Amino acid sequence: MNHLDQLEADSIDIFREAVAESERPVLLYSIGKDSSVLLHLARKAFYPSKPPFPLLHVDTTWKFREMIEFRDRTAAELGLELIVHRNPECVALGINPFDHGSARHTDLWKTQGLRQALDEHRFDVAFGGARRDEEASRAKERVFSFRTAQHQWDPKNQRPELWRLYNTRVAPGESIRVFPLSNWTELDVWRYVERERIPVVPLYFAARRPVVDRDGMLIMVDDDRMPLSEKPREELVRFRTLGCYPLTGAVRSEARTVTEIVEEMRTATTSERQGRLIDHDQSGSMERKKREGYF
Amino acid sequence: MELQRSLLRFITCGSVDDGKSTLIGRLLYESKLLYADHLAALEADSRRVGTRGGELDFALLVDGLAAEREQGITIDVAYRFFATEARRFIVADTPGHEQYTRNMVTGASTADAAVILLDARKGVLSQTRRHARIVSLLGIRHVALAVNKLDLLDYSRELFDEVCAAFAEFAADLGFAEITCVPMSATEGVNVVGRSELTPWYDGPTLLQWLETVDAGSAPDGPSRFLVQWVNRPDASFRGFSGRVLRGTLRAGDAVCTGGRTSTVDRIVTMDGDLAAAPTGSSVTVVLADDVDASRGDVLAAAADPPGVADTFQAHLVWLNENGLLPGRQYLAKIGARTVGFTATKSLELNEIGVDKVHLDAPVPFESYRTNRDLGSFVVLDRLTNATVGAGMIDFALSPTNVRWQNLTVDKEARVARNGHRPCVVWLTGLSGAGKSTIADLVEKALHAEGRHTFLLDGDNVRHGLNSDLGFTDADRVENIRRIAEVAALMVDAGLIVLVSFISPFRAERALARELVGENEFCEVFVDTPLEVAEQRDPKGLYRKARRGELPNFTGIDSPYEPPENPEVRLDTTALSPEAAAEVVVAGLRTLGVC
Repeated sequence: MNHLDQLEADSIDIFREAVAESERPVLLYSIGKDSSVLLHLARKAFYPSKPPFPLLHVDTTWKFREMIEFRDRTAAELGLELIVHRNPECVALGINPFDHGSARHTDLWKTQGLRQALDEHRFDVAFGGARRDEEASRAKERVFSFRTAQHQWDPKNQRPELWRLYNTRVAPGESIRVFPLSNWTELDVWRYVERERIPVVPLYFAARRPVVDRDGMLIMVDDDRMPLSEKPREELVRFRTLGCYPLTGAVRSEARTVTEIVEEMRTATTSERQGRLIDHDQSGSMERKKREGYF
Repeated sequence: MELQRSLLRFITCGSVDDGKSTLIGRLLYESKLLYADHLAALEADSRRVGTRGGELDFALLVDGLAAEREQGITIDVAYRFFATEARRFIVADTPGHEQYTRNMVTGASTADAAVILLDARKGVLSQTRRHARIVSLLGIRHVALAVNKLDLLDYSRELFDEVCAAFAEFAADLGFAEITCVPMSATEGVNVVGRSELTPWYDGPTLLQWLETVDAGSAPDGPSRFLVQWVNRPDASFRGFSGRVLRGTLRAGDAVCTGGRTSTVDRIVTMDGDLAAAPTGSSVTVVLADDVDASRGDVLAAAADPPGVADTFQAHLVWLNENGLLPGRQYLAKIGARTVGFTATKSLELNEIGVDKVHLDAPVPFESYRTNRDLGSFVVLDRLTNATVGAGMIDFALSPTNVRWQNLTVDKEARVARNGHRPCVVWLTGLSGAGKSTIADLVEKALHAEGRHTFLLDGDNVRHGLNSDLGFTDADRVENIRRIAEVAALMVDAGLIVLVSFISPFRAERALARELVGENEFCEVFVDTPLEVAEQRDPKGLYRKARRGELPNFTGIDSPYEPPENPEVRLDTTALSPEAAAEVVVAGLRTLGVC
């Protein structure tokens, strides 16, 4: 087996262990390429059965429109239950990145929103697409990552994880975040998307899009809610990572196919999370967010 | 274009400050896996908290958690990835502090090869030997000895040869298939990726060359073993077993057996179509030709050569938790895809490694760890905290017992009918001097007067006879309670209401006692008396002795008491007289339907 076969077999193994030993699993579907791969692996793990869990999208109302279209189409085509959660407090207060800042926007919509959704449905296992190569604190997180009843992660008190013997035991109210892509890299993900012909949101491919400059990043103007003092200009850009459109930087690129993306990746000089405003708020910020329950 | 690259998992280990994190940072840097923004962050961090006078400090790349950066040490296993044209690598970076042995064992458990670092100036230290032994114990057979910091010895060939010879001599009986010694400087990048002119006398591989070519050897051959993880039943027409090939190759048409039943592999199903054969490590779904009933945790095996099935083993154990292993205490073990009750016969402290006789409460299919890592390994879980507290590797099965359970005609129900009440264990727990014996005596008197069949097991009395060989260490306390619990369970089988009056300080043992009897046959009574009150009463003068240091391991003084979380009955003896407390217990038994 080559390395993609081995990574695939490991991920399938992880899905099956988690489902066999949990009561109410859910897949956190964030619509990006990692979620696409995660969902593909879930389908493989349980075929010919459908994945025996719903998809949960924690929406912020600020995602790219193409992401939402892709999400709804994917769930419908695969015949999977899709739960969309929007933090009702955020809806009521109109929380947005322009007036409230990226940190508060992300905490209230995503971190608090996720906690609400997990509590409401009493999910005891939540699959996520996080990878260890994304960030230093993630490199030390377990594949089966224990969360207290308050959804907190304690990095200094993690369960040792040996062989492929995953500890899935929790007390009522506690839960486990399961990361089947822990050992994948961004390049593995794209090579696998290429090999398996997995559909991804078209925003990953280069196209001429309306952009403006914000804090040194190229921000795409996706709707008329963005305050503008200038006229957006058309540029040939794509996205390496997808989130809330006002917080996600585009990169100039001519890669219009997966194969061209893989080639671009091989010569890339910046990491994908550089395009995320929220990671740059403070050094060590990802670890802090994760302790609080962020994915 | 898809590269046919293989995957190599390896660990780096060595003593504190030998430069493990620096080496990994260097590998990432030299194989161009550091992105510009990572590098910019590294430059800033190196100036801020680095230990190399503002130069790039590669250790900061790997030491990701805030606490580690502050303390300048690596406190957990970190997994890092890089790739070359030849291979994709997963590195487990494991710390060198003695108290973190568990992290090394964790990292080694999934590794195919090991890089053991040492500081050339210090040579082979006891830590180096310990790490090499763990690498060997976990079944890793390919080892590179990275003799680091040679720049500080002017790349002396003599000193390098000396260190290599010392290591080879020590490691001769560790069963390594190969040991490759590399003269290195991780900070200067010598012989990490490219060959260096600073060591013209060295003609072996650089560390990266070794990693690219070492035999991954992760595919054990031999008879096929397929572990069932999940029974796949989308509808009435399909019944498959989803799981993983742990050894050998599984082929359509193969004769397989599980638990004494045999069948034939009809199909090997995947979403990409059926396979003719599934190699070791593949995750597939198997359909059998016959309607054989297999379930999660079963092993489908080559019918001609199935694995053994046993419940008692000699195993190597590694203890991973601050609370030590206690002999006789009930834990859980996860082995393959089963979780079963587990007991050991020895004590182990955190980071200790031992050989022990272990017992599972159900027989499981297994192979020795040397033969098959997946069917020979298990983790030990704590029943109450759910923590992963230990890890084990099976050496061999100890002769299975021939004692079978005898079915008897006069059973518990027959005795209930005769006695006119249900049996029950009434377990009184609390500090010494709480009033347990007094209350138990009053309860028994009341029940006896009603014509109930009772017996009172008193802690002090039993220690005169059955448990006269036991002292007061944690291990002896566990064994003490285990015996009492078994005796109480036998008396419940005999139809009695058994009053047990024991300090029984540990939740785990009380949980064990509860599990030995049926539902509604256990009534935990927490005789809740604050330490100050019990110490003030001190009917036997024990607290005074303990305070003078004459009674070590005395509960409440220098040995812990873990109060029950959900007792059936809680008695506040500061508010209730012994007589009133006894009435509360009897009322509790009526609520449980005992009498």
